[in-house]
Amino acid sequence: MGAWLNGPMTWGNAVVIFLWGAVFLMIVLGFVTYAIYFERKVIGWMQFRQGPNRVGPLGLLQTVADILKLLIKEDTIPRKADRLLFTLAPILAYVPAFTVLAVIPYTQKLYFADLNVGLLYYVALSGISTLAIVLGGWASNNKYALLGGMRSAAQMISYEVPLVISVVGVILLSGSLNLRDIVEAQSGGWFWNWNFLPQIIGFAVFIIAAVSELNRTPFDLPEAESELVAGYHVEYSGFRFAFFMLTEYVYVYAIAALTTVLFLGGWQAPAPFLEFVPGILWFLLKFAFIVFFLFWIRATFPRIRVDQLMGLGWKVLLPVSLLNVFLTAVYIEVFIKG
Amino acid sequence: MSEEEKKAQQESGPADAEKDEKQKAAETTPIAEAGQTAAQQSVEAADPEKAAKLKAAAEARAARAAAKAAAETAEAAEASAPPPPSPKQPELDAVTALIRREVADEALEDAYINELNGHMPTLIVKNEYWRSIAELLKIENDFTYLRNVSGVDYETHLEVVYHLVSLRSGRELAVKIKADREKPEVSSATPVWATANWNEREIYDLLGIVFPGHPDLRRIMMPDDWAGHPLRKDYEPLDSEV
Amino acid sequence: MIRTEELLLNVGPQHPSTHGVFRIVVKLDGEVITEATPVMGYLHRGTEKLAEQLNYTQIIPYTDRMDYVSAMTNNYVLVHAVETMMGLEVPERAEFLRLIVMELQRVASHLVWWGTYLLDIGAMSPFLYAFRDRETIINLFNELCGARLTYNYMRVGGVKWDAPPGWIDKVSEFIPYMEGKLREYDKLVSGNEIFLARIKGIGKYDAETAIDYGLSGANLRCTGVDWDLRKAEPYSLYSRFEFDVPLGQNGDCYDRYRIRLEEIRQSLRILKQAIVQFPSSGETMGKVPRAIRPPAGEVYTRIESPRGEIGCHIVSKGKAEPYRLKFRRPSFVNLQILPKLLIGETMTNLITILGGVDIVVGEVDC
Repeated sequence: MGAWLNGPMTWGNAVVIFLWGAVFLMIVLGFVTYAIYFERKVIGWMQFRQGPNRVGPLGLLQTVADILKLLIKEDTIPRKADRLLFTLAPILAYVPAFTVLAVIPYTQKLYFADLNVGLLYYVALSGISTLAIVLGGWASNNKYALLGGMRSAAQMISYEVPLVISVVGVILLSGSLNLRDIVEAQSGGWFWNWNFLPQIIGFAVFIIAAVSELNRTPFDLPEAESELVAGYHVEYSGFRFAFFMLTEYVYVYAIAALTTVLFLGGWQAPAPFLEFVPGILWFLLKFAFIVFFLFWIRATFPRIRVDQLMGLGWKVLLPVSLLNVFLTAVYIEVFIKG
Repeated sequence: MSEEEKKAQQESGPADAEKDEKQKAAETTPIAEAGQTAAQQSVEAADPEKAAKLKAAAEARAARAAAKAAAETAEAAEASAPPPPSPKQPELDAVTALIRREVADEALEDAYINELNGHMPTLIVKNEYWRSIAELLKIENDFTYLRNVSGVDYETHLEVVYHLVSLRSGRELAVKIKADREKPEVSSATPVWATANWNEREIYDLLGIVFPGHPDLRRIMMPDDWAGHPLRKDYEPLDSEV
Repeated sequence: MIRTEELLLNVGPQHPSTHGVFRIVVKLDGEVITEATPVMGYLHRGTEKLAEQLNYTQIIPYTDRMDYVSAMTNNYVLVHAVETMMGLEVPERAEFLRLIVMELQRVASHLVWWGTYLLDIGAMSPFLYAFRDRETIINLFNELCGARLTYNYMRVGGVKWDAPPGWIDKVSEFIPYMEGKLREYDKLVSGNEIFLARIKGIGKYDAETAIDYGLSGANLRCTGVDWDLRKAEPYSLYSRFEFDVPLGQNGDCYDRYRIRLEEIRQSLRILKQAIVQFPSSGETMGKVPRAIRPPAGEVYTRIESPRGEIGCHIVSKGKAEPYRLKFRRPSFVNLQILPKLLIGETMTNLITILGGVDIVVGEVDC
C-alpha cells in the first residue's frame, strides 16, 4: 500500500483513490448502522429486555429503517434560525469525523495515509467538530440548543487537553507521531508490551477523556435528554439530525481505532503462538471490545454535572496526565538511555 | 345531636344545656295528662258501664303514656345528661382562654368540639383578629404545622378553615373564619405559616376569597385570564352541557 | 462593551423530567437560576367540583386518578373519611386487605420514584429494573381487583373484592424477592461516585423551614422531624405492627433518597407481619346502609401516602353527596418549597431537586 500511495498521481490512480475512499465510506456507514443496532441490543440486554427484534431477522434492519425514516422527513428550518449556519453545522461536524479516519493503520500493509504527524492530524481535526456543535446550537435560535452548545464547547475544550497530554507519554515511548511507528514500537510478542500497561495512567486518563470527547454518558451533557431535551440538536430533524448522529458514531469508530492503535498494540497478537491469526482480526477484536466497553458504560453510569465535569477535567485529569508525562520522561532517561 | 341542640350547647356551654333539656322534658308530660282527663269526663256522662270500661282503658293508656313519658324523660335526661365531657375539652378551654387573654375577648365567635372528627377542637374567629390569633397559636401554643386550608361556600357566606397541629404534642385545632359573600376577605396566614401561600391562592382562584397580606395572590389552577370562580355554588360553567 | 442578559427559560409543560404536565419558568444567569416560578393547572380536572354532584361511592374512581401512582392510598383516604363520619366498623379481613394493598402500593410508588429519579439523573438502567419489580406488584393488584393502575378497590365499609385463593401466598413470595433486589440496587446505585456527587448536599433545608412550609412524608423526615402519620396518628391497623420510621439528618436530596429506599424495606416488614396475622376468613364489607348518608357536619381525615400527608376534608349536609369535598394533596403542598430551593442552583440541579420532592402532577392539580 505504501509503495502504491507513494507512486505518481495519474488519472487512473486518482480514480482508484477516489473509489477506495467511497468504499471506505460505505464500510464506515455499515459500521455505524450496526454499531447503533449493537448498542441498542447490548443496552437492552443489560436492562433485562431485548433490544430491537422486529424489523428484519433479529431486528437487524432496525437502523436501516430508522435511517430511511430520517432521510424521508421534511426538511424544516426554524423561521428565525440562521439558515447558512444551520445548514453548515451538520456538514462541518461530519467532515472532520471522516477525514481523521485516514491516518488509522489497520495492518502493516493496510492503511490510507502514512503521515509522519498522524496523531497531531487526528487531534487537530477532531477539534473542528466542537466548532460545529457550537454553531449548531447558536444557529437553532433556541435557548435549550444554545445552552447545549455552550456546555459542549466548554466540555470538549476542557477534555482535549488531557486527551492530548495523556498521549504524550506514548509518543515519548515510541519516539514518533506516526501511528504505524507507534504500533511497531509495541511489538514484542506479548500483550504486556502493549502500551496500556507501561502507560497505565495515560491509558486511564485517555479513556475518560475520550468518553468525554465523544459526548457519551456519563459525559453527555450537551445532549442531556432529561434536562435539555436533546440539547444542541433539538431543532434538527431529518437528514441533518442523521448527520449529527453519524458524526457521533464515526467518532466512536475513530476513538476506538485510535485507542487500539495507541494503547492496545494495533494489529499485534497478544502472544507469539497466536501470530498465525491475521493482524486485521486482532485489530477488529480489540476495536470491538472498546466499542462494547463504551456501550457498557452508557448503560451503567448516571450523568455527571457540568461544574463537576469541569472540575474533573482541569483539576484531576490534567495534573494526572502531566504527572504521567513526567514519569515517562524520567523512566526513559534512567532506564532506556542511561 | 341536632343542629339546634348543638347551637344551644355552643351558646350556653354544656352545663346550661342539660337544664334546658330537663325543662323541655318536664313541659311535655303535664300537657298529655291534661288531655286525657278532659276525654274521660265527657265519656262518663254518657254510659256508666261503657264509661267504666273506657275509664279502665283510659287509665291503662294513661299508665302506658306515663310510663312512656317517664321513659322518654329518662332517655332525654340520659341523652343530654351532660355527654361525657369530650376528652379534648380541656384543650379547647385552654386555647379559648389563651385567645381571650392575649388577643381580645370578642375575638372568638365560637368554640366547640367536633365529635365526628375525633373530637377536634374547633374555633370560629373574627377576621379582624385572625392574624394576631394565628401568630399567637404558632408561637405561644406550638401549632407550628398548618396542615390544611380549605375554603367552603355555604350559600349564605363563605368560610375558610385552617387545620393546625402541634408536632410535639399531637394536639389538633381547626380554625374557621367566615367571610361575606359580596366582598369576601380573610387576612392571609402566609406571613405566619409559609405553607398557606399556595393553599390560599387556590382558594382565591376557585372561590374568590381575597387574602389581604398575601405576597402574591393570583390564580394558580385556572388560566390567568379566567373569569369567575369555579368552585362557587352559583358558578355558571362555560360549557353548560358538560 | 460586553453585556450579559438574563435568559428566561420554560421548563415544560412538555419536558421529559417534570413528572407530568407541569411548567417552571426559570430566569437564568448563565447556568445559575436567579428565579423560578412554577406554573401549574395543566392537569386540573375539577375533581372537587364534580364531587359535589356524585355520591361517595361514585367519587372513589376519581380519587384513583388524582395520584395515579399511588391510587390505593387515595381510595383509602376518602373511604376512611366517610367511615369516620358515619362511625362505621370495617370487618377485620377487609381492613387487613386494605393495609396489605396500601403497603404494596407504597413499595410500587417508591419504585416508580426511584426509577424515574435515576433516569433524570442520567442512569438509564435502574428505571427498567424498578419497573420489572413493580410489574410483579401490579400483576398482584390485577389479580385482586382487575386493574393495573386505577383500582377503584375500596368501598365505604370495606373492600370490593376478596383476595383470590393463593393471592396471599404470592404476596409472601414477593417479599424476600424484593428484599434481595433492594440489596442489589444498593450495590448498583447507592455507592456510585457519580451518583453521590450529584445528590449529596443538594437541595438542603432545615427542620424549621420544612415545618413552616407544611412539608410531609420523606421531605419532612429528611430533616430529622419524626412525624409519620402511621405512627403519630395511627389509622387502620398500623398500631398492631412493628416498624421503624427512617429519619434523615441533613435535609438534602441524598437523605430523601435513603429514606425512601428504607421505607420500602419497612413496608416489606409490615407486610410480613400482616400476612402472618391475616385472618383466614371474614367479611369484606361491613354493615353499611344502602344509601350512604353521613350525618351533617365536617371531618378532616389524613393518612400517610408515599408522598406525604394526604387529607380529605368533607363538609356534609346529611345528603348522599358531599356538600364540599376538599383533598389536601401532599404533592401540591410539598412543591411550594421548590422556588426557594432553586435560587442559586444550576439547571442540572433543578432536575435533581424536583425529582427529589417526588411529585405527581395529577395530585398537584387535582
